[in-house]
Amino acid sequence: MDWHQLWTIISLPDNIPIVGLMFLIPFYTWYAFRQAFANDRLIDQLDADPEMAKTHHRKTQPYQKGWAREVHVWPYLLRIEFLSAIIVTAILMVWSITLDAPLEEPANPTLTMNPSKAPWYFLGLQEMLVYFDPWIAGVLMPTLIIIGLIAIPYIDTNPLGNGYYTYKQRRFAIWTFLFGFVILWCVMVVIGTLIRGPGWMWFWPGQTWDHNKLIFEVNRDLHEILGITDPILYGIFGFLVVGGFFLITAFGIHKLMTLTEFNRKILARMTLLQYLTMQVLLITMIGLPAKMAARLLFRIKYVWVTPWFNV
Amino acid sequence: MAEQTTKTTEQAQSSNGASGNGKRLFGIDPDAIKAKATEDINALKKPTRTDLYKSIFRVKHDDTPRSRTLGVLSNVFLHLHPAKINRDAVAYNYTWGMGGISFYLFWVLTWTGVLLMFYYHPTKVQAFRDILYLEHDVPFGKLLRNMHRWGAHAMVLTVWLHMYRVFLTGSYKKPRQFNWMIGVILLVLTLLLSFTGYLLPDDQLGFWAVTVGTNMARATPLLGHEGPFGIQLGMTAYNDVRFALLGGSIVDSNALLRAYIWHCVAIPGFAATFMIVHFWRIRKDGGISGPAPMMLEKEIKPLRR
Repeated sequence: MDWHQLWTIISLPDNIPIVGLMFLIPFYTWYAFRQAFANDRLIDQLDADPEMAKTHHRKTQPYQKGWAREVHVWPYLLRIEFLSAIIVTAILMVWSITLDAPLEEPANPTLTMNPSKAPWYFLGLQEMLVYFDPWIAGVLMPTLIIIGLIAIPYIDTNPLGNGYYTYKQRRFAIWTFLFGFVILWCVMVVIGTLIRGPGWMWFWPGQTWDHNKLIFEVNRDLHEILGITDPILYGIFGFLVVGGFFLITAFGIHKLMTLTEFNRKILARMTLLQYLTMQVLLITMIGLPAKMAARLLFRIKYVWVTPWFNV
Repeated sequence: MAEQTTKTTEQAQSSNGASGNGKRLFGIDPDAIKAKATEDINALKKPTRTDLYKSIFRVKHDDTPRSRTLGVLSNVFLHLHPAKINRDAVAYNYTWGMGGISFYLFWVLTWTGVLLMFYYHPTKVQAFRDILYLEHDVPFGKLLRNMHRWGAHAMVLTVWLHMYRVFLTGSYKKPRQFNWMIGVILLVLTLLLSFTGYLLPDDQLGFWAVTVGTNMARATPLLGHEGPFGIQLGMTAYNDVRFALLGGSIVDSNALLRAYIWHCVAIPGFAATFMIVHFWRIRKDGGISGPAPMMLEKEIKPLRR
């Protein structure tokens, strides 16, 4: 266990946000779910008791008869904003006094940094480069992430859970987002920052970053493993494999979307276009861990090789 | 001539004195001035009643509901807010305050950024030296640069957490779908702002980060010379989308200048514009989304198309 190496990586000033992320994301996830479960318990009560549903103010926030429904922005909101501005300034000041922004040697195109890393928030994309060609990892995936995020309100046809924390009423949406944001995005960022060392090789936390480390791993294309040598044949074969992955995953997602009575009810509210958009986005999202598994477990480089692009 | 002038003055004085009990000085009654001065000094004891004060502050700042409302409504910056909000909407456990903190950090970054611009030249010769100068010679230069960098990192984090909260509360749902879209665009602009700033110190860290980042543009389908169908469309290292981003085929002086202009002028301008729309939509969509009264499954209304 090389504690010095671990400390060197963690205490790197530019890595402080990641260390913060590793605490902030779990904290706020817990904080949100605590309220979601509290709300869910109230929803159960309201569901069971129609009389209560008529009279209750339907929030877990305290409420008493005669309380004004609204408060003045001056001072009740402004004092919060003012206070948070002061607190943020104080934190930023302390952070800036105690830690210096990194400055390396002058830019030198003839001397490659090893590892040369993008800013920490893009390390998820850089980590994706291990598993996909740059046109997928660096262009297609980011574009689909942006389009997918924008599409969320237009494909989520569940009218419940609008403006309050809940888990019970939005299981599918919440699991999808947790999977995409916390598991894929944040974990990939953490791997890219803390795990990947010289040569973008995998170093477990506490393992010494050995610049002379060599790994003799042979990645092969899927068709090579199966012994298909004709370019036209393996082009078609790759298309079938990718197509098959799309179909099987689509089937699995459809199973999830029809798993419960409630899910089926929400599905019935979707148009065909909404349904297909959601399927394509979710399948692409699952394509990432699928390809990661293919690479890490079976040393498969490409599943589909064509003269123009490889997947 | 001199005698004549003196005589004229004396005449004027004596003629004035004749009509003003002999106490007037230069034609002004000292008692009246004294009275006026006392009045002014007394008025200063209540500065809030002066015209100067009233013209600037316009409304009383006591704690009557009317003044509280006017204090928000008659101020160009505060009128971003409504006069009153739902009593639960100020709950920290609901909002986490991350949107507001992101906006505040944007302001901190704008101010520190403008100050940094005074000491920075976006040229290969000077950029790196300017950073050294900032760190070692400019008063508080190091603090300024540190605040700018850590503020940028913090803003990326707070924007992520803000979106996380908005998702978990379902706040993107009707009628706020469009504002979520604006928010996603702001997320992208935040990341691009941070990324373009990375190159500016012109050190190894920024140089290789931007090299890695822009190398991906080479692989853009159709528009990059290493991307699918790029070669077929005549893309080379000297005319593809990466060339447009860098102003050349390598990260060099043109790339530095382009990053500088994107970072200091263009993207902040876009971001500010989208922020205006973002805040405007919050108000138009009925203010902050919650905590809203919970809706039950049996209350779902059938769809009307």
